Amino acid sequence: MDEQQMKGRVFLMALIMAGLLQLVALPRAEAAAEVNLYSYRQPFLMNPLLNAFTKKTGIKVNMVYLKKGMLERLKAEGANSPADLVLTADIGNLHNLVEAGLLQSTNSGVLESNVPVQYRHPKGLWYGLTTRARIIYAHKKRVKPGEVTTYADLAKPHMKGRVCTRSGKHVYSVSLLAWIIAARGGDAAVAWARGVKANLARKPQGNDRAQVKAVYEGECDVAVGNTYYMGKMMTNKKSPVQKKWAAAVNLIFPDQNGPGTHVNISGAGVTKSAKNKSGAIKLIEFLSGDIAQKIYAEDNFEYPVKAGVKLHPIVSGWGTFKADETFLFKIAENRTQATRIMDKVRFNN
Amino acid sequence: MAPMARKEAWSWLNVWSIGTVLIAAAVAMPIMAVIFIGLTPSDEIWSHLAATVLPLYISTTLLLMVGVGAGTFVIGVGTAWLVSTCWFPGRRVFEWALLLPMAMPAYVIAYVYTDILEYAGPVQGLLRDMFGWTLKREYWFPEIRSLSGAISMMTLVLYPYVYLLSRAAFLEQSVCVLEASRMLGRGPWRSFFSVALPLARPAIVIGLSLVLMETLNDFGTVDFFAVSTFTLGIYDVWLNMNNVAGAAQLAGLLLFFVIFLVLIERFARHNQRFHHTTSKIRALPGYELQGWARRGAVIGCALPVVFGFALPAFVLGGYAVIHFEAATNPDVYRYAANSVLLSGLTAVLALAIGIFMAYGVRLRNEWVVKVLARFASLGYAVPGSVLAVGVLVSLGALDNGIDAFMRQTFGITTGLLFSGTIAAVTFGYLVRFLALSFGSVEASLAKITPNMDGAARSLGHGPFSTLRRIHIPLIRGSALTAAILVFVDCMKELPMTVILRPFNFHTLATYVHQFASDEQLGEASLAALAIVGFGILPVIVLSFAIIRTRPGDTEKGHTS
Repeated sequence: MDEQQMKGRVFLMALIMAGLLQLVALPRAEAAAEVNLYSYRQPFLMNPLLNAFTKKTGIKVNMVYLKKGMLERLKAEGANSPADLVLTADIGNLHNLVEAGLLQSTNSGVLESNVPVQYRHPKGLWYGLTTRARIIYAHKKRVKPGEVTTYADLAKPHMKGRVCTRSGKHVYSVSLLAWIIAARGGDAAVAWARGVKANLARKPQGNDRAQVKAVYEGECDVAVGNTYYMGKMMTNKKSPVQKKWAAAVNLIFPDQNGPGTHVNISGAGVTKSAKNKSGAIKLIEFLSGDIAQKIYAEDNFEYPVKAGVKLHPIVSGWGTFKADETFLFKIAENRTQATRIMDKVRFNN
Repeated sequence: MAPMARKEAWSWLNVWSIGTVLIAAAVAMPIMAVIFIGLTPSDEIWSHLAATVLPLYISTTLLLMVGVGAGTFVIGVGTAWLVSTCWFPGRRVFEWALLLPMAMPAYVIAYVYTDILEYAGPVQGLLRDMFGWTLKREYWFPEIRSLSGAISMMTLVLYPYVYLLSRAAFLEQSVCVLEASRMLGRGPWRSFFSVALPLARPAIVIGLSLVLMETLNDFGTVDFFAVSTFTLGIYDVWLNMNNVAGAAQLAGLLLFFVIFLVLIERFARHNQRFHHTTSKIRALPGYELQGWARRGAVIGCALPVVFGFALPAFVLGGYAVIHFEAATNPDVYRYAANSVLLSGLTAVLALAIGIFMAYGVRLRNEWVVKVLARFASLGYAVPGSVLAVGVLVSLGALDNGIDAFMRQTFGITTGLLFSGTIAAVTFGYLVRFLALSFGSVEASLAKITPNMDGAARSLGHGPFSTLRRIHIPLIRGSALTAAILVFVDCMKELPMTVILRPFNFHTLATYVHQFASDEQLGEASLAALAIVGFGILPVIVLSFAIIRTRPGDTEKGHTS
């Protein structure tokens, strides 16, 4: 077979395959007017926001929700990847995407005015959209005022057998420990992790909500969790029992007399392969704008990044607090070390 | 005579061997990709892991495997033997009811039992009310989120694999060998242990190895129960240490461990053959159980069904009532259609490919073909998300290679042809579940004496016609079993679907997952029930089909 023929056949085969795929596959979303999104955040959370965006701009948003493997998917798809932007629920994911060279820098006056400088990448590789504080939930009666005011208190002997937390390997726990490394150094972080581990009432398990439930049920006295879970429990119509769990605890924003409470962000970034860069930027601008920030605040009890957006009354009821200002990338860089410390102190076992 | 000699040397090159090699190579591609990723330079993790958590990962995983293996063996083989050979009340119902837990995803049942049995759950709450305890330290109650909890959960949903395969094997056995055994003075128990069980060994081993591979690559349950298995370690290295190469190395180690186990088993039954020596097959007689044996049989068959299916389904039904509005989201029907179509398509493809490959191996006893075919069915032992990365990498390379070629040669771009399509998801399923169809078919073919092939071939039938007229009718039961296994597993499949799917695409499993990942399974309880429901319908239908396909069944009139 000569070369010409060979090429002809390959071409034909490719055509047939492509044709077949059109039959089998769903219509693939690559039209220029649409924005394609890979999201770490659940569809049930994002849909109201994305629908509002489509309603306002007429731009349709297509989404794949995936946590594990998003980075590898973007990498494998390379320059042909259909994804225009990514949404994440933690700085760690954004950091990994940046390190892998999968995000591109963007300029937007709107974003620069909406997102405070400490919550965005200096070159515009990513933008924070909401913040959440990692706080301590303390039983109203069993924990006396002043008994726990800092993260360090969780590791002190008087808390023995009284602490509940989710898996030490969960991205939120790893980020908290990575922050402690940034704030106080590696040795202090090991000592802290060892101390908390010694104080645990039970093996780390369940999500943040489950920790508050455990406090309510008397398994432990204090728990570590993100702020927004409190709002979700206090207003839960479908399982009203969660209101009781929430009513059993006080919120403590730790380290108010020190560096401030550890906060993390959810954020977004435009992919290097973006075919619809302007649409992607529009979506991030929308998500950082008043309408979307209000939805984040009201539906999900998160802290908006944009100044002047009203908090949910429940959230504002918790009062203002001092948030730690360590640049988030400093924290993200410590994640591998934090994970190793969790191994070293056998936090989960 | 030169042409003749040449023909001899190349005689293994025919459609079967080439086809088998090609298919096996395509399916093996993602597994190769995972191994390749493991070879790329990365942060060194081994000394850290060895000094900290690796020993724990290994011991936990081994304990989990031993526990689940023993549990599923006892329940699976025991109930299969009871319903295949004995008469007791409800036997006809148990025949299919024992399969029901198979459709229950392990992470769903884990979630349900945690709700019931944890400190805050109704059981402990009731105990506290009854005995006036108030605090946890005042009494002892088994911790559900523990290694033994994980063993129980997995045993409950995985034993049907052993049950299904060993039952098919018992049904394919001729009563003649058992009667011979009884006539030679062996009692029912000894006949079981010395004749029926060894004869069913290849099938039981396949069932058990499927169970163990499922156990090894489980993430949902062990993550939820915070049990530190090797697989959890793989994800930890991958996601928290951002070290995909290290994770691939760990996955590779796991793979070698599986290969090692398989080799040991093969070596142990080295030189044993399991062909039927006679074509005179007659149904096993029902052995009427009396007294305590009768009650024991009923209870023994009922317990796995109650705990593996009825109770969790009841609880899910309860959630569905509470969350009725959210649970009856009309989109769920579309997701159900996606699940059923994809699973059905994959089941058919996997069965066709499994039969082709197993027959190719049988025809050509070439080691290259054999090794490749075995290698291709290793996907089942690789944790789903890791294997999905292998699929991403190989399809991405293929797509981008085609695209680059087309740009250079014709100046047109084809973009991504396969990545992020339904075809990619289907391919992923095939890579992962080929072991199910290939294994079942191969084991079943092994029982057909080669004399049959010889006879058919000498009567002028080619390999294809022999397969169609002789083998396929004889292995129909096992082939159907294989198709069910693939179907049900696809219905439950989560990690590959999540990673490989197109935009805006949901199956029931991914829909349930987005809520379960937030510990709000209630919102998706109806979809969870639908996974079970849609998964179980074909199981029941095919269960009856298996009884009918049984060789020697009098209803079909071809008794000995």
